[in-house]
Amino acid sequence: MPSTFETVANIISETCDIPRDTITAESHAIDDLGIDSLDFLDIAFAIDKAFGIKLPLEQWTQVVNDGKATTEQYFVLKNLCARIDDLVAAKAK
Amino acid sequence: MRLEYFQLIDRIIDLNLNDLTIRVEANVPAESTIFEGHFPGRPLMPGVLLVEAMAQASGWLIIGRTGFQKMPFLAALKEVKLRTFVTPGQSLEVTAKILHEGSGFALTEAEIRADGKKVCNAEITFRVVDFPDGDFRANMNDVARRIAFPLESVPHG
Repeated sequence: MPSTFETVANIISETCDIPRDTITAESHAIDDLGIDSLDFLDIAFAIDKAFGIKLPLEQWTQVVNDGKATTEQYFVLKNLCARIDDLVAAKAK
Repeated sequence: MRLEYFQLIDRIIDLNLNDLTIRVEANVPAESTIFEGHFPGRPLMPGVLLVEAMAQASGWLIIGRTGFQKMPFLAALKEVKLRTFVTPGQSLEVTAKILHEGSGFALTEAEIRADGKKVCNAEITFRVVDFPDGDFRANMNDVARRIAFPLESVPHG
């Protein structure tokens, strides 16, 4: 079974036509990979389907806009994957 | 339809918030200034307006799902297929189904049929956001009444 990161990296690579070997756990989806908000909707859709969750993008955006968190906390891939794991775990309870 | 005003939905026939589907009636007018240019001597319903009709039908379905609390805006189109010409005076049936409801976005698949024959279809992505202001929402309420949007079926309509 692929890791969360492997699944997410493959989704990003296929959705945005980004070479898979340029995507690392430290990559920032926006700043490093150049993914814009519209492309991220496709990624979110694929992640939602792959993991059976609903990424709370509206909540994350609000928190960032309020200055209570940075985009790194959500969009650096290792952090994104940790949040996905949390959402999957919460759903399993 | 009033093409010049982007009023592409005439009436909602069925809105099913459990099945996540909608079916609407959309009658292409016999005359419109749009047909004078598209095309002289051979009037055709513009394909972009067929896409808009599918987007509007999908949009009303999404509005229904949000309890008339959110407004969908067209964001992306995939697999758009315009299969045959649509001409003035034709009666169309537009159907849409929600494929996915994300956080702040939604995906639908929609199609249009004329005389039972599929004339076009598409997968559509919407950003789903708060109504920009009260006037905007009031206008959408007016449109909802005009097209017989079943407000009674919406939890918080």
